Amino acid sequence: MPDETIPDMPTGSDSRLQVATTPEAGPEREFTVKERSQAQLVFRRFLQHRLAMISLVVFVLIILFAYVGAAIWKYDAGTITEQNSAPPSGDHPFGTDAVGHDTLAQVMRGTQISLQISILVAIFATVVGTVWGAVAGYYRGWLDTVLMRIADLVLTLPLLAVAAVLGHQSGGSWWLIAVVIGGLYWAYVSRVARGVVLSLREKEFVEASKALGASDSRIIFRHLVPNALGAIIVNLTILVSIAILLETALSFLGFGVQPPDTSLGLLVSSAQTAIDTRPWLFYFPGIFIILIALTINFIGDGLRDAFDPQQTKVRA
Amino acid sequence: MLAFALRRLFVSVPILIVSTFVVFVMVSLSANPLTPLIARNPPPPPRTIELERIRLHLDQPILERYWHWITGVLHGDFGPSVQSTMNIGSEVFGRFGVTLRLIVLAMVVALILAVLIGVISASRQYSKFDYTATFFGFLFLSMPSFWFALVLKQVGISINTTVGDQVFYTIGSSSVVAAGGFWAQFGDVLGHLILPTISLALTSYAAWSRYQRASMLEVLNSDYVRLARAKGLPRWTVTRKHALRNALIPLTTVTALDIGSILGGAVVTETVFQWQGAGAFLLDAIKRSDVYAVEAWLLIAATFIILLNLVADLLYGLLDPRIRYA
Amino acid sequence: MTQNVSDGRGGDPVLVVEDLTVQFPTGEGVVSAVRGVNYQLRRGEVLGIVGESGSGKSVTSLAVMGLLPKTAKVSGSIRFGGKDLLKCNEKELNKVRGKGIAMVFQDPMTSLNPVYTVGDQIAEAITAHHDVRKDVAKKQAIELLDLVRIPNPKQRADEYPHQLSGGMRQRVVIAIAMANNPDVIIADEPTTALDVTVQAQILEALQAAQKETGAAMVLITHDLGVIAGQADRVHVMYAGKVVESGTVDDIFYNPRMPYTLGLLGSLPRLDVKTERLTPITGSPPATQNMPPGCPFSPRCPLSQPICDEEEPELVAGPNGQHAACHFTEQVVGKDPAELFSATSADAAAVPVAVDATATDTETNR
Repeated sequence: MPDETIPDMPTGSDSRLQVATTPEAGPEREFTVKERSQAQLVFRRFLQHRLAMISLVVFVLIILFAYVGAAIWKYDAGTITEQNSAPPSGDHPFGTDAVGHDTLAQVMRGTQISLQISILVAIFATVVGTVWGAVAGYYRGWLDTVLMRIADLVLTLPLLAVAAVLGHQSGGSWWLIAVVIGGLYWAYVSRVARGVVLSLREKEFVEASKALGASDSRIIFRHLVPNALGAIIVNLTILVSIAILLETALSFLGFGVQPPDTSLGLLVSSAQTAIDTRPWLFYFPGIFIILIALTINFIGDGLRDAFDPQQTKVRA
Repeated sequence: MLAFALRRLFVSVPILIVSTFVVFVMVSLSANPLTPLIARNPPPPPRTIELERIRLHLDQPILERYWHWITGVLHGDFGPSVQSTMNIGSEVFGRFGVTLRLIVLAMVVALILAVLIGVISASRQYSKFDYTATFFGFLFLSMPSFWFALVLKQVGISINTTVGDQVFYTIGSSSVVAAGGFWAQFGDVLGHLILPTISLALTSYAAWSRYQRASMLEVLNSDYVRLARAKGLPRWTVTRKHALRNALIPLTTVTALDIGSILGGAVVTETVFQWQGAGAFLLDAIKRSDVYAVEAWLLIAATFIILLNLVADLLYGLLDPRIRYA
Repeated sequence: MTQNVSDGRGGDPVLVVEDLTVQFPTGEGVVSAVRGVNYQLRRGEVLGIVGESGSGKSVTSLAVMGLLPKTAKVSGSIRFGGKDLLKCNEKELNKVRGKGIAMVFQDPMTSLNPVYTVGDQIAEAITAHHDVRKDVAKKQAIELLDLVRIPNPKQRADEYPHQLSGGMRQRVVIAIAMANNPDVIIADEPTTALDVTVQAQILEALQAAQKETGAAMVLITHDLGVIAGQADRVHVMYAGKVVESGTVDDIFYNPRMPYTLGLLGSLPRLDVKTERLTPITGSPPATQNMPPGCPFSPRCPLSQPICDEEEPELVAGPNGQHAACHFTEQVVGKDPAELFSATSADAAAVPVAVDATATDTETNR
């Protein structure tokens, strides 16, 4: 019996599982787990993750910048000023493009659209994928086979290509693009959700409640969903960053958001010939894409650690 | 194992048929390839439009069109293109050949990077190297591939201007006028590959290296690695022979899952470096509403993804004796 | 040295552990897993170390092997073969590991590498220390498999761990431990993860391995039943310290520390007529930021105010038996039920189970 009080001595998840099933682990767990709810513990651990906290602050600032900033900034994304191709200045902190659009206003608008799309994608794909994967993993049998074959089918398609085919017809409407991307990404989520549910349903507490005669819906909603919630939330976060990269790539290729509206990807795309002459047009939207994706990735990392302290050691 | 591979391939065929059908319907319903012709000024005579309609089988119901197409593919006929001069079959394979160079090379580079960085990071957890690698991992994970490719291209151009000579090729997959013998051409192609490969590899390796680090950490803390150390084996032998060998197993699955997104990354990278590869072929076909060309592209891409997934599965079995292909 | 046990076998000790402390700094304070452990191991003897999980017994053995994570702060000394292992570098330690001191881990299901054949894994232990050809090592590996009584050793050597049962795998691990005729074998809960029916066979195999190699053995377990049949001397550990030590007979028939008595009370016995098992209530303390005083005090029926102020030293009693208790005289000659009944509210709920599963009964329930 390894002495399990050593918190900094990771014995690997396998051996931990083994430990949990031997009778000795019982009393000690009882003793070391303090009287705190799961949510409080998760919250506390997240607060301790410095990088994730900084990222959260930056991310909130970006949201404020995009929405509040756009509301109070003197120029609109569509406003054509007299100055064209002006480098950054007090009047135009991010400069202007060849037509005379204020780049700051355009980046704000682009950030709004890119954020809206990626968050909608994440929610859409998570809801559909989780239900899909959970049902497959819980009922198994032929239903599992059918559902997962369909998911496999979606997975064999190169995402960007299909999104381009569909996006071409979306007319540049931001929420249609979100539905298209989300409609392709749920398959990934369903795989993760199925894996989590498959492993959870073998756990003793599920078997115990089954033995007590609990209904399927009770098991799913009282036991499986709360326990899978951590994995689902972490996935949702990471999906936002994947989606923003996909949306910007799609808009860059010309199959995403269409002018006169704009997105960060479209801004980079229209600036690509001007990297040399008007670098501000190219770098500002690009840096915002990176900032959004980076902060979300760090937040996701912090959440993963917070939900799964075992992983804390696997963090860096 | 051969039986397993054949069975897997056999199972993939219906998936391919269904997915191509779904895409066929989607593209056919969403766009009319005749729109550019009709919109021409002065408008072409109705007879011309009718002839074009028949040439593209648009007079047939959609199911029949699909049936025509899929049976044609079996005979090597990929259907008529909107561009009457283009033979889709010969064109699309040539284009994929160009793209395959980039994908294979970038994947090899990305995998080597991922394994090296992941293993060193895990063996020296919380060291300076680990933190630096983690930072760059997250950075590249968050980097839009097209943006990074554009930056690299710009850097290449600046270096060329500074040096006053063509150090980096920034446009195309090879020089237009191919001169010299085999080796000269080989070098030319390789030269054109440098920047796109760096771009695609760096924007792809990060997720894998994070994954490799995590699985390596788990293995390093396993009981069998502890027993290997208790035998008195040198640390490096333990890492290489016992830890790495096991930590590579899950990576094969992850890599296979990511092939689709690498293909997407290749499309973007090619666009930036203006390659006439599979990416440009697809994008042009979509813009022309060229149903058969899009279909041909997706069929090849999906086949490629399925085949590589099969290779990954077989590799998994080779690496892990617990897997039996029953 | 506070101990000088004069029973057991003679001769110079092969392994001397002195004042060993192991601490793990964590985000929530420093965890003291081992707090000053001393023991000596003589040639050919079997030393049993008993304790609940968290008592520091496994950490002690990992410290001897130098296999603790880098974050661990280890002090004291571990003398083996004229060297202090705590002062050795990795290279010197590798010469000792497997050759001087070998180890058998708890869980045979996870101790073997799944991707190599068991024959290769044994042969590797040989080639790590001897410059022999691979086929020679392989031949020796087959002989070792035969020694630990694995049927068809030649064929089994080419099988992977997943093709073997848990008991068989533990035999393989024992074969690995025997491979280089070590001076010391540390067996860390070698039977805990196994079926009860297999446990006896594994203990037998261990005994055979010890005879074959002439090694001394440290047998770590939470199961007093295992100790009774195997060990010469016993150390009882609690909260990172040795709280009682002596010969098997002394510990079993004449315990001088309430915790030992409690352990015995929770063990079903055939030789003494008892109506009920007597559990020790409560759990061992968390070993971070430990309060002063005797760590067993909160669970001890004899606890007095002094017990929460001053931690008792390990003091010598008769026959070289040592115990750490302020009221050791009150323990002598007591029956576990008598002493613990006062504190055991749920004692009545545990009936005596005199069947095979009893050997596996929790010591602290």
